[in-house]
Amino acid sequence: MTPRGTSANFNRWFGRGWLGLGYVFLFVPIVALVVFSFNDSPIPNVWRGFTLKWYAALARDTEMLAGLWLSLKIAFLTACGSVVLGTLTAFALVKYKRFPGRTLFSGMSTAPLVMPEVVVGLSLLLMLVSVQRALGFPERGMLTIWFGHLLLGVAYAAVVVQARLHDLNPQLEEAAMDLGARPHQVFWLVTLPMIAQSLVSAWLLTFTLSLDDVVLSAFLSGPGSTTMPLVIFSRARLGLNPSVNAVATLIIVVVAVGVVTASWFIANAERKRRREMAAAAHA
Amino acid sequence: MNALLARIGGRTVVIAVPFLFLLVFFLFPFVIVGKISVSEMETVSFKDVLTWSDGVLTLALRFSNYVFITEDPLYFKTYLASLHYALVTTLLCLFIGYPFAYFMARARPTLQPALLMLVMLPFWTSFLLRVYAWRGLLTEGGWVAELIFASGLDQVLYAVGLIASPGKLMHTPFSLVLGMTYTYLPFMILPLYGNLAKLDLRLLEAAADLGATPWVAFWKVTVPLSKAGIIAGSMLVFIPCVGEFVIPELLGGPETLMIGRVLWDEFFSNNDWPMASSVAVVMVLLIIVPLAIFNKYQAEAQESRK
Repeated sequence: MTPRGTSANFNRWFGRGWLGLGYVFLFVPIVALVVFSFNDSPIPNVWRGFTLKWYAALARDTEMLAGLWLSLKIAFLTACGSVVLGTLTAFALVKYKRFPGRTLFSGMSTAPLVMPEVVVGLSLLLMLVSVQRALGFPERGMLTIWFGHLLLGVAYAAVVVQARLHDLNPQLEEAAMDLGARPHQVFWLVTLPMIAQSLVSAWLLTFTLSLDDVVLSAFLSGPGSTTMPLVIFSRARLGLNPSVNAVATLIIVVVAVGVVTASWFIANAERKRRREMAAAAHA
Repeated sequence: MNALLARIGGRTVVIAVPFLFLLVFFLFPFVIVGKISVSEMETVSFKDVLTWSDGVLTLALRFSNYVFITEDPLYFKTYLASLHYALVTTLLCLFIGYPFAYFMARARPTLQPALLMLVMLPFWTSFLLRVYAWRGLLTEGGWVAELIFASGLDQVLYAVGLIASPGKLMHTPFSLVLGMTYTYLPFMILPLYGNLAKLDLRLLEAAADLGATPWVAFWKVTVPLSKAGIIAGSMLVFIPCVGEFVIPELLGGPETLMIGRVLWDEFFSNNDWPMASSVAVVMVLLIIVPLAIFNKYQAEAQESRK
């Protein structure tokens, strides 16, 4: 073997090794969560045998179940609101290159992505408290948590939709205009179907973000509105807790199934669209 | 509805609705935080900065919180420690993530969507639960802890001062940095991969034709061309790490003070809203430069896509 061949071989194996170790690092905690949810021991990191008792205990855990129900409601509302506002944000930034305050607008739309959550949570809470002092509402609870999650969700949804809008061929919209479609018709009949899959991705992403959020919820929740992550967090703070592992496993299974199904559908829709485009080009 | 839309103009609505939302829920709260950070604390809440009584308008600004933050050595140390841990985490993510993204981008094209999906998947599963999982892995008896003890790595960690005593990994700077690196690694990998996958391989061939070894070509061609990805990834890791709360709370220890935890304690334990606000203002000042770099890069990336 030539020296060049040896070094190429070394590079290939080094690359595979690095990727492999990287994936092990990324997935070990997830695998451990799932494995130890079936562990027949109150110490959830030393294996003692198989059991389902933590799942049975979960079914009776009213605090956790109430938190889960509240979290699901908030996540649903957050995902819907974020997709609508995020799409508008993305549209404004992609379609309109000039309007007063555009720099401020674009900065504000990406800042929540990286702004420390403690700062966003604190500032939003103090604003809501000030408004409540002046107007008498809103009370801290589900509504205020929704506001917080919406702020974060809009930023994420805007990034996802913006990426898709940039890749669109503007000629299709122009063609529709030339054929006499009004701007709102162009939007509903041409643009929306083409960005539909990015809206689905944005919806799923903001749903999971909301379902997972601790910090914003902690600042914005009131008495009686404890979301599931807040329940998990308060238990995790005290130490290891097998019921947390059981919840974790259920969430991981649901999310994995959801994400895989959604990406399968998106890939299928994309393939169908390509076929139709190719067919149209031939005709 | 459509007639109404046409009269005020669709364009105005598309811009005004999200703009107003962001102004009310993002910018306005910061103004309030700034105001409360200079206001006085009453028994359960804060006093208004502007008060109107008997025909006299009083403006009472109190800067004692800021004076306290700059003079108190504990606060200063905490800010420095937050920046320090965020920097170490960013460098570690870059060290692990750059080769990772590089090899991903060089993998067989048919394999790449699956590799990308596998990086995104942990991102979709709960962040809180993944951080919690490290507690189990690092406490005595956990998989990673046993591996580290068996390999004698804890002696090394002890020697470089990352853990206080061999045999105890949790609640140390080591567990904190490990948790943050783990959590933010995908944020480093994704922009780098996006950048490296677009690299024109003919440039490397040209470099080779001109006599550059692969190593030289990597440093003189690949790395400079991926600068945008490096900056985006580093900012996406560094900025949130500075203010991180959940990871220091679950994996950090008493000696790993971070500013996110201080803000939390001022607010939830001491109920000192003006102090918490001052801490928040200083935190924003700390990250405003990296934030500006990040925004500038984002804007440039958007322009160059056109």
